[in-house]
Amino acid sequence: MVAKRIIPCLDIKNGQTVKGINFEGLTNVGDPIELAKKYTLDGADELVFLDITATLEGRNAFYSLINRIAKEINIPFTVGGGISSIEDAAAMLDAGADKITMNSGAVQNPEIITEIARKYGSQFIVIAIDAKQVDNIWRVTTHSGQQVTERELYGWAVEAQDRGAGEILFTSMDHDGTKQGYPLDVYAELNRLLHIPVIASGGAGSIQDIEDVFIKGKADAALAASIFHYNEITISQLKEALANNNITVRL
Amino acid sequence: MKQIKDITIIDYDTGNLESICYALDRIGATYELTADPAIIQNAHRVLLPGVGEASTAMSDLKGKGLDSVIKSLTQPVLGICLGMQLMCSHSEEGDRDCLNIFPNKVIKFPLMEKIKVPHVGWNTISGLKSPLLIDLAENSYVYFTHSYYVEKNEHTIATCNHGIDFSACIAYNNFYGCQFHPEKSGEIGETILRNFIQLS
Repeated sequence: MVAKRIIPCLDIKNGQTVKGINFEGLTNVGDPIELAKKYTLDGADELVFLDITATLEGRNAFYSLINRIAKEINIPFTVGGGISSIEDAAAMLDAGADKITMNSGAVQNPEIITEIARKYGSQFIVIAIDAKQVDNIWRVTTHSGQQVTERELYGWAVEAQDRGAGEILFTSMDHDGTKQGYPLDVYAELNRLLHIPVIASGGAGSIQDIEDVFIKGKADAALAASIFHYNEITISQLKEALANNNITVRL
Repeated sequence: MKQIKDITIIDYDTGNLESICYALDRIGATYELTADPAIIQNAHRVLLPGVGEASTAMSDLKGKGLDSVIKSLTQPVLGICLGMQLMCSHSEEGDRDCLNIFPNKVIKFPLMEKIKVPHVGWNTISGLKSPLLIDLAENSYVYFTHSYYVEKNEHTIATCNHGIDFSACIAYNNFYGCQFHPEKSGEIGETILRNFIQLS
């Protein structure tokens, strides 16, 4: 059986891990490679790197970082942040990324999903969806939740799948950062509607939350940042706890 | 005299050959990238990568005159992911006849309850029997990403299950195939690549 995946996410600015990482034993907390290696050794199934820089210099530093990751890390990794054209996607691929994740860029121009999937295959494109509840309807947001669109979560997820997305990464902007757990019913509904894998993100504060999103939310993978960065839960502890509860993980 | 590399990688414009090159760097293997039939015929070992869509990839191979070259090889040949599928008889993806080194067909995962397609992530391989898989424990985890598969058959040397049993690895004479990505499968994958460069 395919294992449930645990995916740490690193925010990158000017080629460095942004502050908010709190690890003992790392000589350079800013170096994403060192952190990535640590997570890989601890049992991460994949890694995600998001470029939060908005400058050309920052973007170029990100491309050289992707290339170093591809050389040094022996598990799959996804990159994203501000991808809005097929040229952006191609540059990430050429630098050595296994997958890209698109968010606002795909909402603004859905056709790009079709183009990228046709050119590079569905396995290459993960569509990230940020949504929040407005009058009891889950609305897709862009620009880190700042802009609420007319699009509705479930319809957009199915459209992204039908256009060729290989996976859906869903974050509830109502839960992100709260550490109060995930909206489990929303994940269960996405799982029911989609035949592609669903990655849960945003809201985990405990091992129990992640266990719930796998069992009740039926998610295929869980992505997290702060709980790992602050050493609150290590990946190996998490996976052992999940295995003890009969969740299939790669140990 | 020019040193013969451990592995000759067939470069037929499929893109993203970096991943496999970097993995070979990590295990200290030497390699070259080429589409030149003469170099491929004289290689120690040949690697057929593949990312993308089967019928397009098959056309690219034929366009470079590599289909008959690959079939005629007598040294160890390893197809990875789509590269393995192209060595089979026919692919449902684009309804295309392939190299027919393995007599088996490539088919799409059917819609099944609780089974996601594409099959993405780490899954276990079992029933291991081949020098390619020596030193691996039963139920080792490797990384898959695919929507089409090769049925379990008499050439299967490793089996995986995703709703149904399918071939994780196949072998026939000097030809080998991995449905998963050894170059992305951590230390297990590196062991498989090391095993491959021991084959002669």
